[in-house]
Amino acid sequence: MGQLAIIFARVLQAVPTLIGIVIVTFLLTRALPGDPAAYFAGAAATPESIAEIRAKLGTDQPLPVQFWRYVQDLGSGNLGQSVSTGQPVATELLKRLPASLELTLTALLLSVAVAIPLGVLAAVRQDTWIDQLCRFVVTAGVSLPTFFTGLLLVYVFYFLLGVAPAPLGRLDLMHITPPHVTGFLVFDSLIAREWGTAWSAVKQLLLPSITLALFTLAPIARMTRASMLQALSSEYLRTARAAGLSRGRVLMVYAFRNALLPVVTTLGMVFSFTLGANVLVEKVFAWPGIGSFAIEALVVSDYAAVQGFVLSMAVLFVLLNLVIDTLYTLIDPRVQVDG
Amino acid sequence: MTDAVLNSPIPAAASRTSAWSRGFAHFRYVMTSNPVTFLAFVMLAAMIAVAVFGPMMVPHDPLATAADKALKPPTWQHWFGTDQLGRDVFSRVVVATRLDLLISVSAVALSFVCGAMMGACAGYWGGWFDKLSGRLLDTIMAFPLFVLAMGIVAAAGNTIQNIVIATAIINLPFYARVARAEVSIRRNAGYVQAARLSGNSELRILIAKILPNTLPPMMVQLSLNMGWAILNAAGLSFIGLGVRPPTAEWGIMVAEGANYIVSGEWWLALFPGAALMLAVFTFNLLGDGLRDLVDPQRRT
Repeated sequence: MGQLAIIFARVLQAVPTLIGIVIVTFLLTRALPGDPAAYFAGAAATPESIAEIRAKLGTDQPLPVQFWRYVQDLGSGNLGQSVSTGQPVATELLKRLPASLELTLTALLLSVAVAIPLGVLAAVRQDTWIDQLCRFVVTAGVSLPTFFTGLLLVYVFYFLLGVAPAPLGRLDLMHITPPHVTGFLVFDSLIAREWGTAWSAVKQLLLPSITLALFTLAPIARMTRASMLQALSSEYLRTARAAGLSRGRVLMVYAFRNALLPVVTTLGMVFSFTLGANVLVEKVFAWPGIGSFAIEALVVSDYAAVQGFVLSMAVLFVLLNLVIDTLYTLIDPRVQVDG
Repeated sequence: MTDAVLNSPIPAAASRTSAWSRGFAHFRYVMTSNPVTFLAFVMLAAMIAVAVFGPMMVPHDPLATAADKALKPPTWQHWFGTDQLGRDVFSRVVVATRLDLLISVSAVALSFVCGAMMGACAGYWGGWFDKLSGRLLDTIMAFPLFVLAMGIVAAAGNTIQNIVIATAIINLPFYARVARAEVSIRRNAGYVQAARLSGNSELRILIAKILPNTLPPMMVQLSLNMGWAILNAAGLSFIGLGVRPPTAEWGIMVAEGANYIVSGEWWLALFPGAALMLAVFTFNLLGDGLRDLVDPQRRT
C-alpha cells in the first residue's frame, strides 16, 4: 500500500508540471514574429480577408480567451493544422512517431548494453586498461557533437569502407515499406516475412542508432562506474565477503543490483539529451521522424507544427520521468520504509 | 569542513604569505600533479588567443568566394582546403572561434548571473520567492532542453541574440539549483550571524559574505556548462537556427559540409567539427580539473 501511495503522489506531482508545459508552449507561440493570418491569407490578400482569417483563427481575441481555446483544442486532441503539409499536426506527429521511437529505442538498447558492462568492469578492475578505456569513452563521449559523429561514421563506413548503406532514410531505394503493423519497419517486415526488406531496414537503422548510442553511452557508463565503485566499497558488501559468499554472487546480487539504482535515475537525464539529439541525428541521416518534421516546420515558420512538436516532446519527457520514478520506487525497497 | 578554498601546502609559512601567493602555490601544485589539467589550461589559453588575434592573422578573407577554387582538398595554399564557394576553410574555422566563444561565453555569463541571483535569493530568504522560482525552474527542466531552445529561437526570431538568450534560459536551472543549495547551507553559519550582529544589512551579507564562498562549486559548473553551451549553439546552427550564411560558425560550417561529406569532400565538415570537439573537450577537462582544485572530495 505504501508503494502505491508513493506512486500516486508522484503522478499527482506531474500534473502541475504538465500545466506549466501547456502554459509555456502557448506563450512561446504567441510570441512568434509575424502574423499567421497574413501567412494563411497569402500574398494577394486584402486587409479585410486577413482580418477575417484572423477572426477565424482567433488571434484577435485577448490572451486568456485564446489560451482557453487552446486548452480546449488540446483536450480534444487538436494540435492545429500544419501549414507546410496541410495535414493536422497530431496526425503528422503520430505518423512519424514510430520512426523516431524505433531509432531511439534501438540506440538506448545498444548504449545500455555497452555502457553498463563497461562501467561495471571499469569499477571492478580499477586502474586497468578497461578503466582507462571507460574514462576515455566518457570524456570523449560528452565532448563529441552528435551530428559530427554521425557524419564521421557516414564518411568512414559508407564512403571509405562501403559497408554501410547511403544515409537516405529508413529503407533503401530497392525495397518498399511493408504493411503497417507496429510502425517499426524491422518488426513489420519480419511479420510480413519480407526478409530482404527486414535486412535493409536493419542496415539503414545501424549507423543512426550507433551515432545516438555513442552520445548516450558516456553518462550511463560514468554513472554505472561511479555507483558501482560506491557499492563495492560499502559495508554490506564487506559483510557479504566476510560471510564467505562467492565472488560472483557478491558482485552480481549485492553490488550490481544496488549500483543500478542511481543509473535508473540518470536515465531521466539521458532521455532529455536523447530527445534533443534525436533531432540532429534525424537530420544527418534523413530519418523521417518527428525531429525532421520539426526542422522542416521551423524553416517555414509553421508555428502550429513547432508548437505541437515542443508540446509532445515535453509531455513525452514528463511521462518518461514518471515511469522512471515509478520504476525506482518499485525496485528500491528503502522507499517503502521512508514513505 | 572549511569554506576556505585554497589550502596552504606550507603550514609553517602560512602567516607570512598572502592569500594570493598561497593560492598560486596551490594552483602550481595541482597543475604539476595533474598534467591533464595543465594541458586543459594551455588549450584554453590557446583558444582565447585564437579568438582574440585569429581574425587579424588569417591568410585569406573568410568571406571571399572564388568559384574556380571550389572544393579543393587541403594544400599548402589552403591548409584546410576550400569549400563549395571557394572560401578558405582554415580562415573560416579561425574566425568562427571568436563567434562561437562569444556566443557561449555570453550565454553562460547571462545564465550564471541570473541563475545565481535567483538561487541565492531563493536559498537565503525562502518563502514565496523560493516556491515561485522553484516552480519556474521545474517547468524549464520539464522540457528536453534542446527542444526548448528550438522552441524559444523559433518563437523569438532567428538571430544570434536569440540563440544566446535561449541557451541562457535552458542553462539557468543548473546555476539556480547550485546557488540555492549552497546559500541555504550557509544561511546561518557562524560568520553570517556575526555579520548580522555587527549590523550588516541582509543584502550585504548575501552578496559580500555568502556569495564568494559559494563561487567554487559554481566555477566548476560554469566550465562544464561552457562546453555544453558550445555544443548547444552549434546544434542549433546545424539545424539552421540563428546563424545565417555566409557567417562563419562551426555548426553552420558542419551543416554545409554535411552535403559534401557523402561524396567524399571530407575537409568541409571535419575541420570545423574537430574544432568544436576540441573546444568542448578543453572545457570539460577544465571543469574536471577545477573540480579537483576546488573540492578533492568530489573527484571521480
